[in-house]
Amino acid sequence: MNNILELNNLQKHFGTHKAVDDISFNIEQGNIFGLLGPNGAGKTTLIRMITGIFYPDNGSIIFDGKKFDPINDVVKIGYMPEERGLYKKMKIGEHALYLAQLKGLSKADAMSKIVYWFKKLEMESWWNKKVEDLSKGMSQKLQFVTTVLHEPKLIILDEPFSGLDPVNANLIKDEIYGLAQRGSTIIFSTHRMEQVEEICDHIILVNLGKKILDGTVHDVKQQFKENKFSVKLHELPTEINTTAFTVNEQQENKLIVTINEGYTSNDVLQYFINKHNTIDSFSEILPGLNEIFIALVEDTKAKTRAFESVA
Amino acid sequence: MNKISIIARREFLSRVQKKTFLLTTIGLPILIFGIYALIIYFAVRTSDNFTIAVADKANIFEGKLAEKSDSEIKFISVNNETPETLKQQIDTKKIDAFVFIPEHFNIMENKDSVQVISGKSVGIITREKIVGKLNNIIEEKKMLGSLNLTKKQLDSLQQTNKIIFTSTTGVEDSNKKAGLSYGVGFASGFLIYFILFIYGTMVMRGVMEEKTNRIAEVIVSSVKPFQLMLGKIIGIGSVGLVQFLIWIILIISLQFLLPLIFPDLLTQMQSAPMQPAIAGGATQESAAIAGIMNGLGQINWVLIIGCFVFYFLGGYFLYASLFAAVGSTVNEDPQDAQSLMLPITMPIIFAMVIMMNAVNNPNSSLAIFGSIFPLTSPIVMMARVAHGVPEGVTVLELIASMVCLIVGFLGTTWLAGKIYRTGILMYGKKVTWKTIGTWVFRKY
Repeated sequence: MNNILELNNLQKHFGTHKAVDDISFNIEQGNIFGLLGPNGAGKTTLIRMITGIFYPDNGSIIFDGKKFDPINDVVKIGYMPEERGLYKKMKIGEHALYLAQLKGLSKADAMSKIVYWFKKLEMESWWNKKVEDLSKGMSQKLQFVTTVLHEPKLIILDEPFSGLDPVNANLIKDEIYGLAQRGSTIIFSTHRMEQVEEICDHIILVNLGKKILDGTVHDVKQQFKENKFSVKLHELPTEINTTAFTVNEQQENKLIVTINEGYTSNDVLQYFINKHNTIDSFSEILPGLNEIFIALVEDTKAKTRAFESVA
Repeated sequence: MNKISIIARREFLSRVQKKTFLLTTIGLPILIFGIYALIIYFAVRTSDNFTIAVADKANIFEGKLAEKSDSEIKFISVNNETPETLKQQIDTKKIDAFVFIPEHFNIMENKDSVQVISGKSVGIITREKIVGKLNNIIEEKKMLGSLNLTKKQLDSLQQTNKIIFTSTTGVEDSNKKAGLSYGVGFASGFLIYFILFIYGTMVMRGVMEEKTNRIAEVIVSSVKPFQLMLGKIIGIGSVGLVQFLIWIILIISLQFLLPLIFPDLLTQMQSAPMQPAIAGGATQESAAIAGIMNGLGQINWVLIIGCFVFYFLGGYFLYASLFAAVGSTVNEDPQDAQSLMLPITMPIIFAMVIMMNAVNNPNSSLAIFGSIFPLTSPIVMMARVAHGVPEGVTVLELIASMVCLIVGFLGTTWLAGKIYRTGILMYGKKVTWKTIGTWVFRKY
């Protein structure tokens, strides 16, 4: 797998404030990449450097094997910012056409692609409606279409599901999978960890302008697992006395146990088998990304940003 | 380059396709023109036949008034009537008004006044005509009676000798031309002043809309902020040009249409102001018109229109980018714009003040400074150019002014671009001049 994007020691300062402080990571082509971090962590600044809106003070961006060229490469990038809007007075079809042409598509090419996407997302009847008549969810769909219309190699979505109902959210989610399968790479920025767990292959976590976590969702969970297991027994023993594990919680006939150092899960099973307790189920409890996120961010003493981070 | 034109096209079309554009561009001038036409029409309109009975007991007019009758005003001599019987005649609509001169009326005593008594109020043009005709006879009688002049001597006295101003270059600098230069200079300076304000604030509001709509970040991920700003400025500038083109066409076509709608309006308008000078007759009237025509011919229209277009575009581009920069710094609250706009509006108003001075005195040092300094030159230079080259402004000064304007335009656009690219993506923070200063020197 080749990397679509390589960031090397990227830095961006605003006055004395270090918005992005020495961040490096690579994104493989076709990946769905989660860019996580609390408010004010520097995500937006990072994304703006990747999209060519800002130039980094230091470090380099390699896009698709070559040094990133903000003027010509933006055509290969689709960016749906968190703060997004549309021209209220424009008609929807014309608006989509305008944004597509700004991405460098010819009118005819843009037209056929808009028709394709409008049909796909059941938006054909909207063409002559004005943007101001759209609901929030509807304009969200339009924004998604205009972001991916020009078939960019890299798609950056900042909170793409905010304001969408579950039906439309699933519709968009399926499209994201589809785009990734067809070779597009997706950077997905959100605070909703359950979405990240569901969608992303690889995540990084930034805070205070620094990268504090980098890895696949699976690896990260493995890295932060606390050797917790859930044991469901047919009948609970009256007394548990062992050095192999400690019981954290007890819910009816289910136990949450932490395996002590030097022991493995087999020792837990062995203990109950020896005691002649019937085991109904036994499974490892992996930490949720939510807990990892909160633990790490609180660890680095996150400041909530009072204002936009670019200042 | 291509992206700028796509943006400019959208800016242009989104404004031109609005109903309000048609309304303000075509409806407003027609409405204003129509109202003025109606006002003038009703003001100059006279009843077809205005009959004045003259009971001249003192024999001042010596029966000469009847000769002065024309298609509109008819004088009839009714020396035997009394004011009471004449009033009855007004009531029965036999006559419209009467003049009763009592027997003891002394023409040399200026305290005695001639009273015109009418049934209903008299239109202003009719009034002036009556006064002119009556005064004409009274004046002549006074002069002939008291100075013992012959009629011929009197006529020659009433003719004045011409006084002609000529510049050293030998070009006749007639009063008519000076007046016209004043008018043309003032009008074009004023027009540019309006253009700067109207289209400048239009650019500013457009930028503010983009920012509060949160579309700015979507767009600048496809194009550079500078392209977005320039596209907007060019698009709105073309709206302005089209609007002016439509207005010029409208004015010209209305001038042709108006005489068709009101056939006798223009002849009345032309003759109306000349009435008091009726003694000189038609020769003076046509001389005045010929003077205006001569003055119009002496003004170098190619130069004026060329300069107007240059200073219109130069001034617009210079200020529009500054207005765009201000728009980009404003947050949700449009009130913030007011205080940030002040440093931009000050030089425009200042230029207006210099222009008022320059139009009278095109070669004063203040006018020369104002016409070269790029922030004021679009307005001030028009006042000087109207006086002609080299009478109003030397070729060297004109070239210096144009070069300064181009340099100034490049400078403000560069400066505005710096402010714009930061401001457009900045939310929630109240912007002060100090922070704007740091944006200008920030590297991206």
